[in-house]
Amino acid sequence: MDLTPIYLDNNATTRVDPAVVAAMLPFFTEHFGNASSIHAFGASVGRALKQARGQVQALLGAEHDSEIIFTSCGTEADSTAILSALKAQPERNTVITTAVEHPAILSLCEWLEKEGYVVHKLRVDRKGQLDLDEYRALLHDRVAIVSAMWANNETGTLFPVEEMAEIAAARGIMFHTDAVQALGKVPVDLKRTKIDMLSLSGHKLHAPKGIGALYLRRGCRFRPLLRGGHQERGRRAGTENSAAIVGLGKACELAQAQLATGNSVVRRLRDKLEAGILARVGHAFPTGDVGNRLPNTCNIAFEYIEGEAILLLLNKLGIAASSGSACTSGSLEPSHVMRAMGIPYTAAHGTIRFSLSRDTSEAEVDRVIAAVPPIVERLRNLSPYWNGQGPATPEQPFAPSYA
Amino acid sequence: MWEYSDKVREHFFNPRNSGPLDGANAVGDVGSIQCGDALRLMLKVDPQSGVIEDAHFQTFGCGSAIASSSALTEIIKGMTVDQALTVSNQDIADYLDGLPPEKMHCSVMGREALQAAVANYRGETWSDEHEEGALVCKCFAVDAVLIEDVIKANNLNTVEEVTFYTKAGGGCTACHEGVEEILAKVKAARAGPGEVSPPPACPATPAAPRPPAARMPLVQKIRRIEEVLEAVRPMLQRDHGDVELADVQGRKIYVHLKGACAGCMMEAATLGGIQQKMIEALGELVQVLPAALMPAEA
Repeated sequence: MDLTPIYLDNNATTRVDPAVVAAMLPFFTEHFGNASSIHAFGASVGRALKQARGQVQALLGAEHDSEIIFTSCGTEADSTAILSALKAQPERNTVITTAVEHPAILSLCEWLEKEGYVVHKLRVDRKGQLDLDEYRALLHDRVAIVSAMWANNETGTLFPVEEMAEIAAARGIMFHTDAVQALGKVPVDLKRTKIDMLSLSGHKLHAPKGIGALYLRRGCRFRPLLRGGHQERGRRAGTENSAAIVGLGKACELAQAQLATGNSVVRRLRDKLEAGILARVGHAFPTGDVGNRLPNTCNIAFEYIEGEAILLLLNKLGIAASSGSACTSGSLEPSHVMRAMGIPYTAAHGTIRFSLSRDTSEAEVDRVIAAVPPIVERLRNLSPYWNGQGPATPEQPFAPSYA
Repeated sequence: MWEYSDKVREHFFNPRNSGPLDGANAVGDVGSIQCGDALRLMLKVDPQSGVIEDAHFQTFGCGSAIASSSALTEIIKGMTVDQALTVSNQDIADYLDGLPPEKMHCSVMGREALQAAVANYRGETWSDEHEEGALVCKCFAVDAVLIEDVIKANNLNTVEEVTFYTKAGGGCTACHEGVEEILAKVKAARAGPGEVSPPPACPATPAAPRPPAARMPLVQKIRRIEEVLEAVRPMLQRDHGDVELADVQGRKIYVHLKGACAGCMMEAATLGGIQQKMIEALGELVQVLPAALMPAEA
């Protein structure tokens, strides 16, 4: 049996592209200088950083390269954006976000609530979409910032962030988007939008871990998170992670060149995978806004079985994916995204996310389509919610005494 | 991903006794669908002898939930119903060569299913009083509900007290923020609305010991020391450990850590906790040391 590893967890992290590694290597060895130094060692690094900034700018469609602030990761960019908006506008005390954000935003907001700020989390419907009327109704003069993700990491569902930014701008409210999952998968042209801030992360688009960036629209009021040196024009102190920045620049250049591939080749493979599994497995359904999502993501809920058990059996066949089950996180609740969409517990625990990349091949997709049905059948045969060919019948229900 | 033992993996990939059991005369259904676990345990009990002749399970749950169910059926087969009821969740975890702290609740579920099945066999009704909260202390697998209950029951005010009563926070200390939040919540509820005061932070330096009292006769001192050891013993025994006094030499108290405590990575924390108790009980600064450090007889 073919057990060659198949990596379908690209929303968790991606393989660093060999061209990115090649671009980075000289910056560990011959170009090791500090960009701030006046001598030649520093100057060559300074030039490389400028080039990388331009590459990120190009992918974002930013008007100026000085609108790019390199950070250590997407989480840092998120924290910088929200804390800056609150610090720069002390008369405003409210943050509006959504119920399905990444923990980088949600945990920060929970902490802000404890500190006395007001946080509104926009609800989502069964497809994971927002109600823009509810959003409009929540905007008022004490809102410091709106933060909504461009694409959801679990389902790939796309939010209408450009439209939301317009609505916020009309009310004079700053708008931030966590575009960590979207960038490199959907076209972005920030100069044509009213988005004030945008977070991105290198390792989601084939750059290394430990590098991210915050886009900050020129003129948007700002307060740094880290103070110290003059790096990033004093907006993010700390010696530049030059090798990683060069890698991020190269990865952005590649992502831009491959954007069309993602929307054709990767999308076709994703659709084939999803259709193939759903045709062979009953009592399973895709989650999220299926008609309006990232081209690489497919999230399927397998009813009456649990996600971690599915992942362990997939892993035994060399297949890597992820799950919204409580057990994979060590928390007691299944994914907050699935709960926000109102997915029943018996299905939410059995959600599996397959996230493809430009490295994914047709043969790999075929192998996964063949591997999944026997795993689901095997676990359903162990499940008290399952009775032979279908869910336990109303005459013989499984209704345990719940804790 | 979790570090599962080989035994857990083996029981997950090749579960024993899975699926419905024909002729079962004891069935226990338990679960918490919220946390993603549900278990049906089916037993065939010989009415004459009370011996469990066969045991099967069906589980909705993660790898360790399935492995724990499989292990449970293997453990109890051949036991009498009464013997089976003495099987603890620690026994299930031990049978599997241990479970990650986040997964200990999987073994709890097995034990509850067993109680429910036995109640069903005896025609009794079984109700689950066990409530589970989010895991706070990952070193000792202590959840928020337990911490809150213990704070309320014992009127606790500091992280140190919570650590002494529940062990939560006694290892890596990363959960102290979480413990402080629970303390603040309970305190706010206690104080009633409008008079909330912040919880006292864990003191950076322990309170200075009281000035030494008048010298205590050695016999009395040793008796006090034994009393302190007696008080901490149940806590250690819960984890299959124990402690015994080896010798007292001036201000140095030497003890033998036994059972699971011997060579445990938490040895220093255990001794530190005992030392704190000793200082309080004796009113003088003493050191609690492992017997291995006792100087050889001159």
